[in-house]
Amino acid sequence: MGISRRSMIGAATIACLLALWAVLTMVTGTIDTLRFPSPVQFWQSAKQIMTTGYADGTLLSHALHSLELVVMGFVVAAAFGIPLGLLMGWNRRAEALINPVFLLIRPIPPLAWIPLAILWLGLGDAAKIMVIFFAAFVPSVINTFTGVRAIEPHLIEAARMLGTGRWRFTSEVLVPAAAPMIFTGLRLSLQASWTTLVAAELVGALAGLGRVLNVAQQDIYPSMVMVGMAAVGALGWGTTRVLAAIESRAMPWLIVRA
Amino acid sequence: MFLLGAAGLLGFLGLWWGLSASGLVAKQFLPTPLEVLARTLYLLTEPFAGATLPEHLARSFERYAYGFMLAAAVGVPLGLLMGWFRWLDDMVTPVFDGLRFIAPIAWVPFAALWFGTGIGGPIMIIFSGAFPPCLINAYRGARFVDRTYIEAAQMLGTGNLRTILQVLLPASFPSIVAGLRIGAGLGWQSLVGAELIVASAGVGYLMVQGQSNISTPTVMAGMIAIGLVGLLIDVALRQVEAFVRRRRGLA
Repeated sequence: MGISRRSMIGAATIACLLALWAVLTMVTGTIDTLRFPSPVQFWQSAKQIMTTGYADGTLLSHALHSLELVVMGFVVAAAFGIPLGLLMGWNRRAEALINPVFLLIRPIPPLAWIPLAILWLGLGDAAKIMVIFFAAFVPSVINTFTGVRAIEPHLIEAARMLGTGRWRFTSEVLVPAAAPMIFTGLRLSLQASWTTLVAAELVGALAGLGRVLNVAQQDIYPSMVMVGMAAVGALGWGTTRVLAAIESRAMPWLIVRA
Repeated sequence: MFLLGAAGLLGFLGLWWGLSASGLVAKQFLPTPLEVLARTLYLLTEPFAGATLPEHLARSFERYAYGFMLAAAVGVPLGLLMGWFRWLDDMVTPVFDGLRFIAPIAWVPFAALWFGTGIGGPIMIIFSGAFPPCLINAYRGARFVDRTYIEAAQMLGTGNLRTILQVLLPASFPSIVAGLRIGAGLGWQSLVGAELIVASAGVGYLMVQGQSNISTPTVMAGMIAIGLVGLLIDVALRQVEAFVRRRRGLA
C-alpha cells in the first residue's frame, strides 16, 4: 500500500503553510510577532511550559487538571443522562413528565451557566464540573432518547414474544439497539465538555489549560497562547480517539465509516 | 399526557420556589421564580451595566449576525468547491481536521490580543463556531449529489462554474440549510462564551456584571434571554428547513 495521492497533497499543503508561517514571521517580518508567534517562539514557549512551568504549573500538570475535570463532568453527565434518556425513550409517561423541564433547560447554552456556577460554587473545580455536567448532560439524554425511539419495533416485538424478562430486555435488546445513537450523543457530549471547560477556565481558574490561555493573554504572550491552544486541541483529539476505541469495542457488529 | 407535562413543570417550579422561599437555599443563591421574573421585567426598561436588556441583546445579536453571515459566506462556497474539486478537498481537509479540535472558545485569547474588546473579537469566535457545520454540510451535500445529475450536465458540456451553481448548489440545498441551522446554534453559543470573557456590552457581559455584583436574578434573567433568543433562532431556521424540504418533496 503506497502513500495515497490524497495524503501527499495534504502533507504538502501543511508543509507549505508551515513554511509560509516561518517565513512571514521570522524572515520578512510581515506578521508582527507581538500579535502572532513565530514557529521558533512557539517551540521556546512549549519548552518553557514543559520544563520550568507557566502560570503555576507545568504543561503536564495543567493538562492533567483539565483532563480530570472533563472526564469527571463527562462521566457523571453520561451516568445520569443515558439512563434518563433510556427511561424517557421507553416510558411515555416519564417523557411527558420530564420533558417540559428539559425543554426549559435545553435552550440555555452551557456556557451561559458559567456566571451562575461561579456565584454558587466559586472559582474552584466544583463550578467547572457543574458547567461541564450541564453541557454534557443534554446531548447524552437527547441522543439516547432518540436512539430508543428509533429502535425497530420488530426487535421489541420479537423479544417480547420470546418472553424476555425486564432486565434481560434492557441489557440485551434496548441498550445495544440504541447504542449507535448513544455513542453519537457521547461524542457530542465530549465535544461540549471540552468547549465548556476551556471557557470556564478562561473566565476564572487556578489551574488548567484555560488558565494558561488566560494568563498568557494577560501577559501578552502569544506564543504561550498558541501552546495552550495546541494542547487543548491535542487533548480533544486524544479523548475523541479513546471514545472511538470504546465505541468500536462496545459495538463490534457495527461497521464504522472512517 | 398534557396533564403529566403540566404536573412536571409545576413540580419543578414548585420545588424551585419552595427551596428559595423557605430559606433552605440562601436567597442570594437561589432567588424565587417571581424575583427572577420581576428582575427580567425591570431590566427590560432600566439599564444595568450600561444598557437595558433589549439593548444588550441587540448588541449581542448584531455581532452574532455578522459572525454567522461571514461563516456562511465563506463556508458554503468553500464547501461546494471542495465537494467538486478533489484537489481542493485534499488540501483543505487536513488543515481543517487539525484545527477542528480546538474549541472555538480557545480562540478568545488571540481574539482579545488582536481586537481588544472591539467587535472583531466576538465575530472571530462566532465564526470559528459557526464555520465547521456550514462547511461540512455544504461539502457533504456537494459530494453526495446524485451522479446522474452531474453526468447529465457533463454530457451537455457544462463548464465547472455552471455545474457548481446550477447542479451542485440546488441539489445540496437541504444539506446546506441544515448546516446553516446547526451553525447558527453553535454560533450563538460561541457568542455567549466570547462575551463572558471579552466584551463591554452584550448579554454575556450583562451576566458577568451580574455575577460580580452578586445579583443572581440578573444572571438568571440573562440566561433566560439567551435561551429564548437561541430558541427563536433555532425554531425559525427549522421552519426554513422544513419549507425547503417540503418543496423538494423530501418531507
